[in-house]
Amino acid sequence: MAYNDKVLDHYENPRNVGSMDKADSHVGTGMVGAPACGDVMKLQIRVEDDGTISDAKFKTFGCGSAIASSSLVTEWIKGKSLDEALSIKNSDIAEELALPPVKIHCSVLAEDAIKQAISDYQKKQ
Amino acid sequence: MKRPIYMDNQATTPVDPRVLEEMIPWFTEKFGNPASSSHAFGWEADAAVKKARKQVADLIGADAKEIVFTSGATESNNIAIQGIAQFHKDRGNHIVTLVSEHKAVLDTCRHLESEGFEVTYLPVQPNGLVDLEVLTAALTDQTILVTVMAANNEIGVLQPIAEIGAICKERSIYFHTDAAQAVGKIPMDVNAMNIDLLSLSGHKFYGPKGVGALYVRRRPRVRLKAVMHGGGHERGMRSGTLATPLLVGLGFAAQLAMEEMEEENKRVYALRENMRQGIMKQLTHVELNGDLEKRLAGNLNISFNYVEGESLMMAIKDVAVSSGSACTSASLEPSYVLRALGVNEEMAHTSIRFGLGRFSTQEEVDFVVKTVVKAVNNLREMSPLWEMAQEGVNMDDIEWAAH
Repeated sequence: MAYNDKVLDHYENPRNVGSMDKADSHVGTGMVGAPACGDVMKLQIRVEDDGTISDAKFKTFGCGSAIASSSLVTEWIKGKSLDEALSIKNSDIAEELALPPVKIHCSVLAEDAIKQAISDYQKKQ
Repeated sequence: MKRPIYMDNQATTPVDPRVLEEMIPWFTEKFGNPASSSHAFGWEADAAVKKARKQVADLIGADAKEIVFTSGATESNNIAIQGIAQFHKDRGNHIVTLVSEHKAVLDTCRHLESEGFEVTYLPVQPNGLVDLEVLTAALTDQTILVTVMAANNEIGVLQPIAEIGAICKERSIYFHTDAAQAVGKIPMDVNAMNIDLLSLSGHKFYGPKGVGALYVRRRPRVRLKAVMHGGGHERGMRSGTLATPLLVGLGFAAQLAMEEMEEENKRVYALRENMRQGIMKQLTHVELNGDLEKRLAGNLNISFNYVEGESLMMAIKDVAVSSGSACTSASLEPSYVLRALGVNEEMAHTSIRFGLGRFSTQEEVDFVVKTVVKAVNNLREMSPLWEMAQEGVNMDDIEWAAH
């Protein structure tokens, strides 16, 4: 499949690959997808006491679009408040990366990963 | 743009330059219709077609009169399966095939089911081969046709064709084999193997695309109902003007394959083994899909655990391969062939097919091994599944949210 340049850029130079300590009370972890479906995304955020996301890391098992979607959202949510991060819609991600219809589910996963990471953080508070 | 290294010889092969050279005059100077019996243009074309028919027949141990030229293996499969079913439906309505067959066979069988035929899709063993006892047990007094591929297009495994031929002959059941991947790569002999019908395709063995053949046994005579109607060409089984240049190419490709098969197989096998061992020595958690011994020399199908196939293909974009991953197909389903072996969906998503061939070199193999090992290591660093595996988490204990 011929990919859009933005997907290729994120795929070839993924931003913020890595892991944080999931036991840390400032860290929220979201893990979405399933190996059997061919994509699993892990997204972690570090939230400061003032409620801003100071750092984000991801690891993704999946196609180029899944990797690009997760890389993109780590860039987008850094520096945002939790409410701002929650307002990111899968359609924003799909539009930015010009994902074809068969790859829309990758952007849905990325949106779900943000929601799950924030919810995990909030449970710890 | 630098062209990638071609490692997809089960998808198609390039036309051998020697084959192309033979074909060229038949497009321009010698353009006659082989059916024009009234002048020299027709006579020379007819002689060329006769020669091609003999070359193709020789490659599979057949008689030239038993070769029906077609547009390729898909058409040959359709003529064979539909033709036998429709002609012999008074004798029985049951067809036996394998779940791991090519879509050209499976979809033709599905079509016949909608017309009232019964089809048994036999499972294969974890190594990809059919169990002959299971096959024998599936045959009934209604069975008119068994259709089993000689070599699988995804995993390259070689089915026990001679044994199946003997079983069918004993019960007077027609035996068809889709030998698109096998012809020109392994010795095929329609008499020794008791094959009644055999499909082959030019572009799988360095001939042109758009041409193939169906072998139809004459003694004892195998009768079929034609799918294509018209001028009664090809003994009435496939009407339509013969494509002389393509047939000349098919014939010459068959001759080359026959002359060079033994040497070529040794060379390609050595390359394939260097590649397999090179990858497997340097990476853990990789699995070969399909039997290692009963396999085409040029096929390597490997699952790289914890790395999704499409993203691996992107990472090795200087190498042209294909994947069993769902993400490479329009259906979003992982390879049904790998699923048929019992490979779980996760591992099916991580598979890559490397297809080596006549023009592959050791230098290319070295590059591919190096590139693949590097890419897999990089992607594993990015994979949450690899991280969990390193931490000793059992993936089966996790409740994944399927989507």
